[in-house]
Amino acid sequence: MELFADFFRNLYDTTGWNFVVFYDNDEWTRFIDAIWTTVKLIVACLIFSLVVGVIGAWAQGAKSKLVRYFMAGYIQFFRNTPPFVQILFFYFVLGNLVPTYDAGGYQESYISSFGWAVISLGFFAGSFNVEIFRSGIEAVPTATVEAAEALGYSRLQAYMFVVLPLAFRVCLPALNNNLVNLLKTTTLAYGIAVPEMMYTANQIWSDNVNVGEMMMVLFVFYIGLVSILVWGMSRWENAMRIPGYGK
Amino acid sequence: MSDSETQNNWTPDQPMVSIKDVHKSFGNLEVLKGVTFDVMKSEVICVIGPSGSGKSTLIRCINALNDIQSGSITVEGIEVNDPHLDKLELRKKVGMVFQQYNLFPHKTAIENVMMAPVTVLKQDKDEVEARARNLIKKVRLEGKENSYPGELSGGQQQRVAIARSLAMNPDVMLFDEVTAALDPETVKEVLVVIKDLADDGMTCILVTHEMGFAREVADHIYFTDRGVIVEHGPPATFFDEAKDPRTQEFLGQIL
Repeated sequence: MELFADFFRNLYDTTGWNFVVFYDNDEWTRFIDAIWTTVKLIVACLIFSLVVGVIGAWAQGAKSKLVRYFMAGYIQFFRNTPPFVQILFFYFVLGNLVPTYDAGGYQESYISSFGWAVISLGFFAGSFNVEIFRSGIEAVPTATVEAAEALGYSRLQAYMFVVLPLAFRVCLPALNNNLVNLLKTTTLAYGIAVPEMMYTANQIWSDNVNVGEMMMVLFVFYIGLVSILVWGMSRWENAMRIPGYGK
Repeated sequence: MSDSETQNNWTPDQPMVSIKDVHKSFGNLEVLKGVTFDVMKSEVICVIGPSGSGKSTLIRCINALNDIQSGSITVEGIEVNDPHLDKLELRKKVGMVFQQYNLFPHKTAIENVMMAPVTVLKQDKDEVEARARNLIKKVRLEGKENSYPGELSGGQQQRVAIARSLAMNPDVMLFDEVTAALDPETVKEVLVVIKDLADDGMTCILVTHEMGFAREVADHIYFTDRGVIVEHGPPATFFDEAKDPRTQEFLGQIL
């Protein structure tokens, strides 16, 4: 580890390339915290968007017209407006409506900027997930669902035990894409001062005047995070593969 | 207790399935134009007729997969054409097997058989598994318990589908052209299983194009054409002494 730090300190001394996070302990800690925040943000947004997707795809097929129109409106809104505007709207407009509490001398909102980032990005990616799941659900033959109904399954049971497991397999590639996009979109939380990687990198390059170097660090770390996600998803895809079904 | 249960005075000496003047339309197309017949316990009924004559629609109406516009269908006294119908109650009594098997492709053969009793009836998993193994044996698929539907032949899949339906302990079995998608050799392995069931006293309603089989197992044959029952009778009379020209023409083409 010391060798690693020495290499980058030496690199800075000889070439002027300042990868400060790799040799300065304080900046390293700061950046590690940011990575950790980013990871938490990604995991929370992924889960939230998947829940929105599953429930939304279910609601799209609801009997009630009102529910279906509401879903259509939700999807149109979130798909047709920029996620950055959404995140700012959630934080600055809706955030003002949330009650605050006394956090020792100053007022703190019950929903933090981190919370707002999860909510707005979750709904944003969720609106795409709804459509992705719908495509998967539509690929499940009606006849298979009928077979479940003939066995006494209720609509919900058929959805949970037959439709969803099959739909998931069909839509995994598309879901994969959307989740990779979501991962990268978490950088927008920068706009509402969530101390994630992008935001912290900005602080670090302001202090050390090493914009280019920090950009490179960001690229490398995002490539790493996306690789981990894609690896996990493809393992999932393999685990879900059914012998004799599909390829 | 729900209404349908309190009103239910059905006794086993009454028709198990009773169909009275059933009319069914898809949009402007009237598919069933007043169909009436009864099925007694342990009877085996075959419905035959040209494509588009409404045979499949008819048996799909019996377990409420399709609704009907008028008339009445009762299964053990349960009125199917009732807006407050308890579908689960009906479907516990009626098993159905489809032309395209429609197995759950993500589950193994034995899981396919076990799923409904476990999820729908909340029965004990170990008990269900023991029963499922017996059913797999009954449909002559020992050794295929852990195969996925995609790894089984059409005939094998169809037998799993039969076992899956039997796992719910139905009182009536509906077979909707269950051998139509199979090659002539595999047809036999499926028919043998259905024959076993019929011999065990299961009430069966089959829509089929297998005339030889119908002749062999059916107690009564109904010939439908353009939404009505044209002619019916026990197999011997039906096949050898058909009176209606449409029946004669149909049988002439097939036999």
